[in-house]
This record gives sequence, structure tokens and C-alpha cells, in this order.
Amino acid sequence: MASGMQEKQYTPSLLSFFIYNPTFGPREGEEEKKILFYHPSEVEKNEKIRNVGLCEAIVQFTRTFCPTKPAKSLHTQKNRQFFFEPEDNFWIVMVPWFETQCIEKPNKDGKPPTIEYQEEEILDTVYGAVVRQCYSMYKLFNGTFGRAMEAGGVELLTQKLEKFFYRYLQTLHLQSCDLLDVFGGISFFPLDKMTYLKIQSFVNKVEESLSLIKYTAFLYNDQLIWSGLEQDDMRILYKYLTTSLFPRHSEPELAGRDSPLRPEVAGNLLHYGRFLTGPTNLKDPEAKFRFPKIFVSTGDGYEELHLIVYKAMSAAACFMISASVELTREFCEQLDGLVGPQLTLLASDICEQFTINRRISGPEKEPQFKFIYFNHMNLAEKSTIHMRKTASVCLTSVHPDLMKILGDINCDFARVDEDEEIIVKAMTDYWVVGKKSDQRELYVILNQKNANLIEVNEEVKRLCATQFNNIFFLD
Amino acid sequence: MSEEHYLELCENPVQFEHASSVNNVFFDEANKQVFAVRSGGATGVVVKGPDDKSSVAFRMDDKGEVKCIKFSIGNKILAVQRTSKSVDFINFIPDYPHTEFTQECKTKNASVLGFCWTNWNEIVFITDQGIEFYQVFPDKRSLKLLKSQSINVNWYQYCPETAVILLSTTVQGNILQPFAFRSGTMSKMSKFEIELPVVPKPAKLSLSERDIAMATIYGQLHVMYLKHHSRTANSTSAEVVLYHLPREGACKKSHVLKLNTTGKFALNIVDNLVVVHHQSSQTSLIFDIKLKEPDCAVNTHQPVLPARSIHPYRIPLSGPAVVPSQPPVPCQLYSSSWSVFQPDIIISASEGYLWYLQVKLPPTVNLLQDKGKLMDFLLRRRDCKMVILSVCSQSTRGVLPVVATVFDKLNQVYKEYLEAEQSYTVAMESGPSRGSAAQKRPVRTQAVIDQSDMYTHVLSSFTERKGVSHKFIIAVLMEYIRSLNQFQITVQHYLYELVIKTLVQHNLFYMLHQFLQYHVLSDSKPLACLLLSLESTYPPAHQLSLDMLKRLSTANDEIVEVLLSKQQVLGALRFIRSVGGHDNVSARKFLDAARQTGDQMLFYTVFRSFQQRNQRLRGSPGFNPGEHCEEHVVHFKQLFGEQALMKPSTV
Repeated sequence: MASGMQEKQYTPSLLSFFIYNPTFGPREGEEEKKILFYHPSEVEKNEKIRNVGLCEAIVQFTRTFCPTKPAKSLHTQKNRQFFFEPEDNFWIVMVPWFETQCIEKPNKDGKPPTIEYQEEEILDTVYGAVVRQCYSMYKLFNGTFGRAMEAGGVELLTQKLEKFFYRYLQTLHLQSCDLLDVFGGISFFPLDKMTYLKIQSFVNKVEESLSLIKYTAFLYNDQLIWSGLEQDDMRILYKYLTTSLFPRHSEPELAGRDSPLRPEVAGNLLHYGRFLTGPTNLKDPEAKFRFPKIFVSTGDGYEELHLIVYKAMSAAACFMISASVELTREFCEQLDGLVGPQLTLLASDICEQFTINRRISGPEKEPQFKFIYFNHMNLAEKSTIHMRKTASVCLTSVHPDLMKILGDINCDFARVDEDEEIIVKAMTDYWVVGKKSDQRELYVILNQKNANLIEVNEEVKRLCATQFNNIFFLD
Repeated sequence: MSEEHYLELCENPVQFEHASSVNNVFFDEANKQVFAVRSGGATGVVVKGPDDKSSVAFRMDDKGEVKCIKFSIGNKILAVQRTSKSVDFINFIPDYPHTEFTQECKTKNASVLGFCWTNWNEIVFITDQGIEFYQVFPDKRSLKLLKSQSINVNWYQYCPETAVILLSTTVQGNILQPFAFRSGTMSKMSKFEIELPVVPKPAKLSLSERDIAMATIYGQLHVMYLKHHSRTANSTSAEVVLYHLPREGACKKSHVLKLNTTGKFALNIVDNLVVVHHQSSQTSLIFDIKLKEPDCAVNTHQPVLPARSIHPYRIPLSGPAVVPSQPPVPCQLYSSSWSVFQPDIIISASEGYLWYLQVKLPPTVNLLQDKGKLMDFLLRRRDCKMVILSVCSQSTRGVLPVVATVFDKLNQVYKEYLEAEQSYTVAMESGPSRGSAAQKRPVRTQAVIDQSDMYTHVLSSFTERKGVSHKFIIAVLMEYIRSLNQFQITVQHYLYELVIKTLVQHNLFYMLHQFLQYHVLSDSKPLACLLLSLESTYPPAHQLSLDMLKRLSTANDEIVEVLLSKQQVLGALRFIRSVGGHDNVSARKFLDAARQTGDQMLFYTVFRSFQQRNQRLRGSPGFNPGEHCEEHVVHFKQLFGEQALMKPSTV
């Protein structure tokens, strides 16, 4: 945004994040036992106990009004607290810190600039979603809290929480959380039928010849093409891949630090395949064949899997193998030899097809609109507002105020089941339009000088006709 | 193992009186007739052809030993050669004089090697000094020389199918000169040389007529040369060299078939396969010149299958003294008394049998391990359909890459047929005005295996098979769909239905969702309806179905029905308006649905909306009697009173 007068600058950051279970220290003097994890850890013990106690009291108190839906958040002048009970009696509390300084208007009396708390700028839905995501991510790599309790009691659970959240919380970028976090959607790669079928065929053949592989997911350009996992598991795995694993590996690539083309001596096959998890170099005699383990749901519980992420150029394949199997060098070499050349070929096929399709569809299909689209049915999301994500930041191309309006409209939609449409005239020349049709939501931001309601409505119709002509979207 | 015999003799051989001191037997390749001539014809000539119509029996005077005897095409005129100077003719056309007439060869001092009929009244004499082409006038009992050519001839071969005569010339006999005949014309084709393994010194006749055969393979005339191994010429085994003989242009050496053995051989052509019989081992080999050998030099072929003998054959005892209890006696195969004729004939003159050689495809399936090669082989055979389908069924027990190869080969042929069919249709539609008389309707061979064949014989039973993982079943179905798409063949709805059925059976809804998302299962009304029916078990199917109906753009009525059934009356109304169908839509349907919701305001809105429509269309807000909305009008009045009705606006 090139708007000159950037008055406010929020820097939301994490004030505290803690997990407790009130049943672990019910008696006086044992309160500390309730606390399973507390960030920042250097906070004095009594303060920790006080804060946990306060949350506990609020939750208990609000429960009397609605036993089935306990409090989700607490608004105070300085901050907000978000409560989430993912498993019975386990509570996660997140307290973000939002501080806004009025840089433009220094106090006339020469006093230091006043600090203004922009508490209203925060959306409950966004940060509520962030807390849930924290839990889902923990669960993806560790299973449920209950599982750790069964395996090793409170001691193991606190160890696991410490190990996981210590690193995970550092990667939380609260300042860039927005509507997309509420959706937690998956961006799908647009692809023609034939290339898609080729990928299907590739996946099926690999799963057949490497029968250890239980599930496969296929991504291109950080966008999903195929998932053998169920939707909810894929959703969180996708989040991990696109916000953590891929950015970590793409940055060194961009910096040109390693050139991944490996001239294979044996077999004389040149391919770009490499492991993103597990061994970085198969030739290294010291290489370890350990892969991250993940937990996915099965019909009646969870199963633990090795997560092998293998990438060639922009195509990434995730292979999941039962954790009860020990993965060996031979297996990895076999996988590398089989998948590497095929995936390289497929990646260039996809790239070629994609460029062809783009050329055919022409520039008029290029969106001149800023919009966010989300379909609850398949979690498909599409945004022309967000720039490419990197490990550290997620850039949006619109003003935070507009993002806030989008969030508000989303809240309104969530309240009713009916299809509806909301048009908001924002400050400056912006119009924000929200549409909900069946399970789909569309948010459009228009910047048209002196446009009236009818014109805006027409404009959005036009967008639907060009961008979404192949889906049933009620006008 | 008897299942391994891939060659067999036909079940109903042509039977004739076997050769003896009083009975001479002749075979005419052109009409495929066997002549049994008893005592020079005086005690009878029995002619047996491939069918009863071409079988004749007659008597003729014994005017000396018969050297050659043949009917003209259609059994019109009989030609008999008894001397080396002349040929005798007898009319077999009713009402024509039956007395014999004779034609001597025109060339002085030449001796007639033989003759060939090229038409019902055209005949070629081949003499040691050239060829003479005559037209026969049966009514005048005379012949007219049409054309002649003088050339030294060692021996000759005739291919009746193409009416080409091949002459062996020069001292060594290895320069071959072909002539082609067609209704009254004779044309000289370009001559060519057969490379001899060793050039004899001094020169002598080195190319035997036994080692040369002519036949059409895949519609092209070929000269086959059986090149025996020779100790001096550094060749370890015999081979068959094929020369392609085009109508125009030069003859080219085109294929080499490696026999990998030595000895006495005979050649047949069956179903475009070159069959090489090897007498000492009593086995035969087959070669397919269209089968590419990846590890061989271009156009060098190895046998398609390992050598096997012809399927054992038993001769049923028959004749006047047939004893029913007596079992049939085994026939001696590869007997030295066998004569082999092109393309597929084997004659045992001493036993009095003529067989057609046949290829049995089922045993090839187990003999050829490479399924891709097997499919290439089978797809070019005549009676291949059931065998191919059984290979498909069998391959669905194998691994995916093989399944993929098999499907691709199948669909390649299928696509070629569809394209030919389509261009034929286009040509027919554009009318005969463009002189497209040459355009023939493409023949659907057995190798064209379409989707319904695959569905009926392979896929539907495969998806029901016990003990196969559903993962594999779906992979195979998707592989077939992938292959069809790759060849741009429109996939039939029942295949999609099979995919969906299988996915639903195993609760793989998310997989189904993803397939639909990428339009792998193409849009159609039946598919959309199928999805609708899944809604109760998988709610997102509703959205998928509506999207599909929308894309079809011919299913607006269905969309309205779906929305109304979901009580989304306003949505339905807005939709039908957006597609411009508002004016023709049945008001009653909407009012019924609105009333059913029990939402009075909704009913009011819908009712008023239709009143406005009526006003706009007909200048009056009232409903036509044909719209059957009376009860709704009454209901409306009850709810909101008479005065809420829209009044006709005054013009």
C-alpha cells in the first residue's frame, strides 16, 4: 500500500501463552502442578499461578451461564485472552499484546507520546483460530495430550509441550494473522485433467511399487494437487508444509547456496529430486534415516506415520509410512531412484501445462480484483490479496483496516445459515463486498472512485462471471 | 503341453483321392482347387475346391499325360497342358461348344513351363524363352495374343492375389523379374537381385524355386527368400529375407527373419504372420514383421514365440467302409510328403488332404511374457477380441505399469478406429459431390476394444473380485480413464459410475471430491443426479452436483428443482431470474415450495414476485387458469387479506 499517511502501526506480539489442567492441582498450595507449560518461562512463579487462576475462575464463572459453551475470550483494556479447551480439562490460553503508538501526533506539551491500546482492532475469530491451530500443530507431531499422559504421565506431557512450543511459538507471527487463519484453507493448484491424471497415475504406481507407503500427498508451487489423507489432517499438514517446511528450504535455494541438480552416476539419470525431511545427502555414509513423525486420524483413533517429503523442482510429494516400520538407507535409495526421475519429469510437465493454460486464458483472466475466496466443503481458498508467504512474514497488499472489515463480515456470516451478501463502503474510495452462497464465501475489495452501490454490485457480478463461472454461485 | 501349440490344421480339410499310379493330383493356387485326374482324365477328373460350389467332376479324353490342369476364374474354361509346346482348352460355359481347342506357344523352339489364368478369359504362358499373354474366345474356340515378352526363364512363381508373375532369369537364376497383369494389360515391374550367400564358379543355377515364395503380408506384396546357411559364407543359421515388391518403384529388401537353426524349411503366411516350418525338429516358428525388436538392428526379427509343433491332428477314418468304433488315427505332421502352398495351405497328396493352417491365439498368452509385446502381437490378429479381453483381465492381477501399457496399446487402436469413423462421417456429410467415392466405411476389426467391451468383460467383474485392495481397483480404473483421456477419447458415463460406486463403497468420499474438483469425472446430468443421491451420506455432494449442473448450462430446470427441494425458494427464484428463465417458469411450483416452508413472509414475497411478472407479461397481475394457482390465491387472501393482492394497474 502506497498510502502515505500511515498513522498507526500495530505490532501485535505474544504476551503469554500457557497450558494448564485444573484437575492436576486441586488443593491449595499445589496450584503450580496445574501448569503444564508457561511462556515466557522466566515469569515469576506466583504470577504464573495468579494468571492461571484468573483464567480458571473466568471459565468457571462463565460456565454457569452456558455450560456447553464456555468463554472463548476475555476483553480487557490492554489485551485480550483467548481460551481453548481442546481435550477435557486441558486449557490453552493465549494472550496477545497489541500496542499502537501515535507517531503522527506527538503530545504538544512535550510529554512522551501517549500509548493507545487498539484493543478493538483485534478480531476474536482470527486469534481464536490461531490458538486452535497451535493445538492442531502440536497434535500433528505429538498426538493428543491424553496420549502423552497415558504413555508417561504429566512428566512426559510437560516435556513434549516444552519441546514443541518453545520452538513453535517463535514462529507465530501474530502481526500477519488475518482472515486466512480463520479459514485455515488449502490452496489448490489449477491443473488440466490430463496432467492431473498423470499425477494420479504416478502416485498409484509409486504406492504400488513401494508398498510401505500408506498415504501420499502431492503439491506443486506450494499448492495442493492430491491428498491421500483425509481433509482435516491434510489441512494441518498443508499448513505445516507451506508455512514452515517449504519456506525453510526455499530460502537457501533462493540464496543460491545449494544447487540441487545431482548428476546421478549410477543409472545415468539426471534428476532434481531430494529429501526435504530425513537425509540431506544419501551418499553421506553418516546420513541418518530419521523422518519426522506425524499423527493422523483413522476411523477410530490415530496412527503414527513417518513423514517423507521429497521435492523435485516445484513439485513436492509427501509419502507417509507407518511409524512401526524402520526406514533404512536401502528404502530411501530405492525411493530416490524411483521417484526422483519421474517427479522431475512430472514437475516440468506441470510447469509446461501451466504456462500453456495461462497463455490460453490470456491476460483478461488475470484478476484485476482483490479478493479472497473460501469454500468450506473442500477448504479451497484463493486470495489475490496475499503475497507469497515466506517463513517470516505473510504480506498482504491491502490496508489492515480493510482486512478488519473482511473479518467483521466473516463474523456476520458465521452467525446465520442463510446465504447473504454484505456491501460496505469503507473509508477513502474502497468498497468491500462479502458474499456467501451455500458453503462458499467471497470477499472482494474494490477501489473505484465515486462508484455507487449499483455499480459495485455489477462489478462483483462481473467478477463472479469471469472468475467463478464454473461453480454454482448464487447472484 | 497341448495348450502351447499355437498352430493348428483346420478341422475340416478338403479331402480328395490320394495320389497313386493311376491317379495324378494337381493343385491350383489361384482357385485353391485340387484336381484328381484318373487315367489321364478318361476315368474321371474330380475337382475339389474350398467350398462345394467350386467342386466339379467330369471326364475328358486321355490324350496323353497331364502336366498341368487349371480352371479359369469362375470355372469357365479349363486349360490342360499335356505337351511342352501347347495347351489345350475346354469350355465349361453352358451352350458353348465343348470340343477341345489347342494353342501352341508362339515362340519357336520354346517349351512351355506352365501357365496361369489371370482372369476368366485371360491366360499367361510361361516358356523357357519368355511369357505370352493371351485372351481366350471360348465361342470362337480360339486365342488372341495380347502381349509377349522374350526373356530367358529358369522357373516362375505366381501370386494369384495380386496377379503377379515372378520369373527367375540369368544363369544363376537370382535376378527376378516380376510382371503384373490386370484386365488385358501386362506391365513389367522393376527387376531385382536376390543376394546369394555364395556366388558359384563357374556360374550355374543357384536359386531354387523352392526357396522363393510370394505372398501379401499386411496388404503388401512380399517375396520371401529362404536363405540357407552356408559353411563358406560365415552364416551360422538360416534366415528368411523379405523383399517388398511395390506396384511401382524399386523392390527393396525389407526384413530379415532369424531362424537360428539349419535344415529344411517351408513357409506359410497365416493372419499376416510368416510361419516357418522346420522339418527335422518338427516345429514351426512365427514372425510378425510389424513387431519391433528393441534389441535388434532395424527390421531384423526374432521369432515371436518359442518354436512349437503344429497341434497334433487325428484323421477321422471315413470313406465307404467307415467303422464307427475305430478311433481316428494320428496324422504324421511335417511329413516329407507334405507340400506347402501360399498363403496358408498344406497338402498331403499321399493321404488325400488339403488343410488350411491356422493360428491359435490363446496359447500365445502364456508363451509371451512381455505383455506390451503380447498386446502388439494380438492387436494385429484377426480373431483377437476375446483373447485380448482375457489378457486385460489377467493383467489386472499384475502390476500397474503393465496395466497402463496394456490400456495404452488398446486405446491406440480404438482411437485410430474412432478417428477413421469420424472422418468417414464428415466425408459423408459433406456429400458425394466432392468425389469422395473412394472413401470407404472403416472396418471395425476385432482389435477395436471399446469402453463397453472393457466394462462388460473386464472392469465390472474386476471391481467385484474378492481379495483385491480397493486402492488397486481404483488405481486400475483411473489408469483406464487416464489412458482414454490421453488418446482424447470421450469417457462413457458408466465408467465414471463404476469409479464412484467403488469409491462410495469404501467411503472414499474425499478422494471422490478431489476427482470432481479436477473434473476428472466429466460433467453430465446423470453424474450430477448420482451425486445428488449421495448427499445423505456425503453432504458436500450437494454442492458438487449443483456446480456440475451449472457448468452443463442446459440443466437450469434441474437446478431449480434441487433448490426448491432444499426449500431455497428465494435462491431458486433469483437463479431462474439470473439465467432469464423467469418468464416461462411454473409459478405453481414455486408457490407450492414457498407454502411448504410455512414461512408466511416468504410466501408473500414469492407470490408478489409472480404477480409482478404477470403484470409485466400480460398487463395483469392475475394468474392464468392454466397455471393452477387458484388455491394459492385463496391461501394468500386468507393470510394477508384481499387488499394485499396486487391490483391491475390502470393503463
